[in-house]
Amino acid sequence: MNLKLIGIATALTLCLAPSAASAHKTWLHPSATVFSDTGAWMTVDAAVSNDLFYFNHVPLRLDGLQVTSPDGSRVAPQNSATGKYRSVFDLELNQQGTYKLAVVNHGMFAQYQLDGENKRWRGTPAEFKTGIPAAATDVEVSESLGSVETFATVGSPTTSVFKPSGKGIEMVPVTHPNDLYAEETATFQLLLDGKPAAGLEVEIIPGASRYRDQPEEIKVVTGADGNFQVKWPHAGMYWLETTSTDELTSLPEASKRRLSYVATLEVLPQ
Amino acid sequence: MRAIATAALFAMLVLPAALPAAELEISVEIPRLNVSEYHRPYVAMWLERPDHSVAANLAVWYDVEMKAGEGSKWLKDMRQWWRRSGRSTPMPVDGVSGATRPAGQHQLRFNDAKGPLKGLPPGRYELVIEAAREVGGREVVSVPITWPGSSPQQLKAKGTSELGQVRVSITP
Repeated sequence: MNLKLIGIATALTLCLAPSAASAHKTWLHPSATVFSDTGAWMTVDAAVSNDLFYFNHVPLRLDGLQVTSPDGSRVAPQNSATGKYRSVFDLELNQQGTYKLAVVNHGMFAQYQLDGENKRWRGTPAEFKTGIPAAATDVEVSESLGSVETFATVGSPTTSVFKPSGKGIEMVPVTHPNDLYAEETATFQLLLDGKPAAGLEVEIIPGASRYRDQPEEIKVVTGADGNFQVKWPHAGMYWLETTSTDELTSLPEASKRRLSYVATLEVLPQ
Repeated sequence: MRAIATAALFAMLVLPAALPAAELEISVEIPRLNVSEYHRPYVAMWLERPDHSVAANLAVWYDVEMKAGEGSKWLKDMRQWWRRSGRSTPMPVDGVSGATRPAGQHQLRFNDAKGPLKGLPPGRYELVIEAAREVGGREVVSVPITWPGSSPQQLKAKGTSELGQVRVSITP
């Protein structure tokens, strides 16, 4: 692999991660998730790393960042910056209720041959038609659809931001994600293209991994109704991921679709 | 049955003074702490039903004097209270919320004729007191009570860090 390819591969990890094969974990890490008053500020770190939640690999790009406020309007992040190991942004929370912070990725990836050379391309579905030279042969295209999320609530939790779009993997709360407590059991539902996603494997890992010997990951599988349950062993930030692959691509040229969903959840002590 | 109801009605109409209101007295100690940066604790007191739902907010002490309601920013640090009640109760609440108190013993007195205990159904409750201090700790002390009960009750509990001696006295 030459240097240029390594660069592209890294960029791909950023864009397409998380895939089940990669040990790298993509995440948003909020400074807090529960707020008393409107006018509060939160700051968020965004990164791809080996451990949780440490900046030791590459930053997560914020191109796909979408912050939805309780009334459905979009909130513009402030003071965004991307450094060597992490991106950061601030948010001013001016409404009562629950906000959703999501870095949404919808990408296309292609491998092809041109003049006897292996080439790679990545971009958005809209760019695909003009992205690959007409002379390309052996074109293999895959589509990726993923979301990296976290949530924050001012005052009482609300559920308006969880209205599913019907695209890709989405999480719908049964237990509100800003109402999680140690030793309590939470229930969430996963949807795939708007329908209950049965049999999805979900991996949940507590943060602060630097300070313990074992990953302590929790693995659960969704039931026929798409629901899974998790009993939080202790307080802290938790990282949750699920992935899936299918052929239900949105472009006829793509043969494979890779879906992912990641959330960072804060569990508070009793 | 009907005679009893009539008698009760008669008693209510004619002899209100002969039926003293049931009383709840709480004495809470805010300990004196030897720390480099001391802030008065935020304190919430409430009555919980067995299912943890809040039957009555008795007191919420926070920094009410900061400008632009800045003090309410830290209300969530009283984590249990915030979850059970605070996040759905706009502050301030008349007769319930007030300024933080200094170290020392503080007395609160409630009766069933007015305030948060008015109309509270008789039964078993948990009196919960939660204290949270900026750059300090947090502590919850709870005391099971029967309201108003049939005979006087004297109950005690003690915190170990942010709360000291708690005494509860109920006169039915």
